[in-house]
Amino acid sequence: MSSFLDIQNLSCGYGNGFRTHDIRLTLAEGSFAGIIGPNGSGKTTLFRGISGSLPLKTGRILLEGEDLSTLSWREKAQKLAIVSQFSQIADLTVEEYVLMGRLPFRRQFQFFDRKEDIEIAHHYMQLTNTYRLRHKSMEELSGGEQQMANIASALSQHPRLLLLDEPTSHLDITHQMQFLNLIQRMNEEMKLTVMMIVHDLSLAAEYCDFLLMMKDGTTYCQGLPEEVLTYEHIEHVYNTVVIVKTNPVSGKPVVFPVSERRLRDGNQEIR
Amino acid sequence: MQQEQGRWAIYVLLLLAALTGAALLSLGMGEISIPFADIPRLLADKESTEYGVLAYIRIPRTLLGFAIGGSLSLAGAILQGIYRNPLVEPYTLGISGGASLGVTFAIVSGLHLLNVLFLPLAGFIGAFATIFLVYTLSLGKGGLSVNRMLLIGVMISFISSSLMMFLMSVTSAENIHGIVFWIMGSLNESNSTMITLMVVLSVFCLLVSYLFVMPLNALRLGEEKARHLGFNANGVIRILFIITSLLTGACISVAGIIGFVGLVIPHIVRLWVGTDYRILLIASFLSGSTFLILCDVLARTIIAPNELPIGVITGIVGGVAFILLLNNTKRKELKARNV
Repeated sequence: MSSFLDIQNLSCGYGNGFRTHDIRLTLAEGSFAGIIGPNGSGKTTLFRGISGSLPLKTGRILLEGEDLSTLSWREKAQKLAIVSQFSQIADLTVEEYVLMGRLPFRRQFQFFDRKEDIEIAHHYMQLTNTYRLRHKSMEELSGGEQQMANIASALSQHPRLLLLDEPTSHLDITHQMQFLNLIQRMNEEMKLTVMMIVHDLSLAAEYCDFLLMMKDGTTYCQGLPEEVLTYEHIEHVYNTVVIVKTNPVSGKPVVFPVSERRLRDGNQEIR
Repeated sequence: MQQEQGRWAIYVLLLLAALTGAALLSLGMGEISIPFADIPRLLADKESTEYGVLAYIRIPRTLLGFAIGGSLSLAGAILQGIYRNPLVEPYTLGISGGASLGVTFAIVSGLHLLNVLFLPLAGFIGAFATIFLVYTLSLGKGGLSVNRMLLIGVMISFISSSLMMFLMSVTSAENIHGIVFWIMGSLNESNSTMITLMVVLSVFCLLVSYLFVMPLNALRLGEEKARHLGFNANGVIRILFIITSLLTGACISVAGIIGFVGLVIPHIVRLWVGTDYRILLIASFLSGSTFLILCDVLARTIIAPNELPIGVITGIVGGVAFILLLNNTKRKELKARNV
């Protein structure tokens, strides 16, 4: 197989019956894939299956030809990093927190941090604009700053695959764009492969080059943003009436919601 | 980071100095007061009364204080880390309950009259049985659940204290006195093999715990995050649970139940040195040792020639010191925010 990430027929789930099933996905190196779908459609479950937090019921995940289930936690941590919507933060300074990203690369009896690790952490702190906050406690940071420190830590892990679970959904638009632009840069410059769960469909279209749309625990459709984000698909998956137009600058689809009252008023021609 | 290492070195040196001071105080104070300067000379003179006091009473006691205080505090620091719960201490998991039940049983059945060593042995068996129970019962369907473990530990504590009360209600007043005396805890242990064992065990566990400092650091961010940082979180929690439980069980068997050291000392140390386990573990151990040795000095000098139960001192001194400290840091934090 020449593909970078190959998810074959994946099913995984919780004890209570909810599961994600029959997911097939192949991504080339340097893809920026968006995972979209309503709440409860199995997006996070899929991520937990990929990261190994949930055991797979069927299927395999190959990353650069290696079956992830055969790797140890440490080997996995050297290949993939995860940033979720909310992170557990302890009473750590930003620098300590970002340095945690280097833990998968420590030697057996290494006690102190190597100079190289500190340099890597500082590099990503500068990229994420958190270097100036390095001596502050994580708890003192705003939500946006915390998320930037979070991505700095994940990038310090030098992952081959980066999983982002709604990373920007509680951020203001400044931090949202700052975050996504940075990911886009890493994606282009370092050929970092990214999978991102995202709720904002227009953002998904703007940043991702591939979309996987999920419904009821499985794939509804996948492909280029223009192919996936049609109003028929969205209305069917989300049970919501929307209008899809094209962003005049980027040429990507933009999704506009329509309120119930407007619909009642019979403004049918807008389509 | 360079300055970090320097800071840690200073902490360790300060704590070693405090420990030495406490040990000297413990050797010097008591019914017969011995000036520090004379200690080396007196130890060379095997004929003197002071030699007897030092070699057979004070040195064993100080060593035991070092081992027990350090062990309990170390166990507390580790357990608070793996359970991510600041209220957990070595006794929360039912180990003290199990040990007390074992000892109560030994006293009530008269086993301790056969051989003095049966008492600590019964304590250890009780502790070990509890550890085994808590561990196997908390292995649920989805593996080891930390919260489940905690709940089961607390429940087993209740069950064993009820059983203990039952045993006490059917036995003689003399036995009850023996049980209560044991439960209150004391560093008064004359068996030198047991003291040596305890010292070796405590230092050994400290060294072993250092193999797990990085996973402990990662666990500060939760089990899932620790896994994503490459650690087998469940495996680490399991091993650390067993190590700390055995250590606690050994402490209780030798010295009875000495409360508060394992709860309060790691907290105070964390406020002081930070949450990085690389410094936290050694600092907790040394602080616990120093604290318990000092409490023991107080316990045997306040109402000399009688002796107070050491648990009385650790509870009062530790609790009050902690509240004061917490209040102080809160005020400082508020000040820092207002500026």
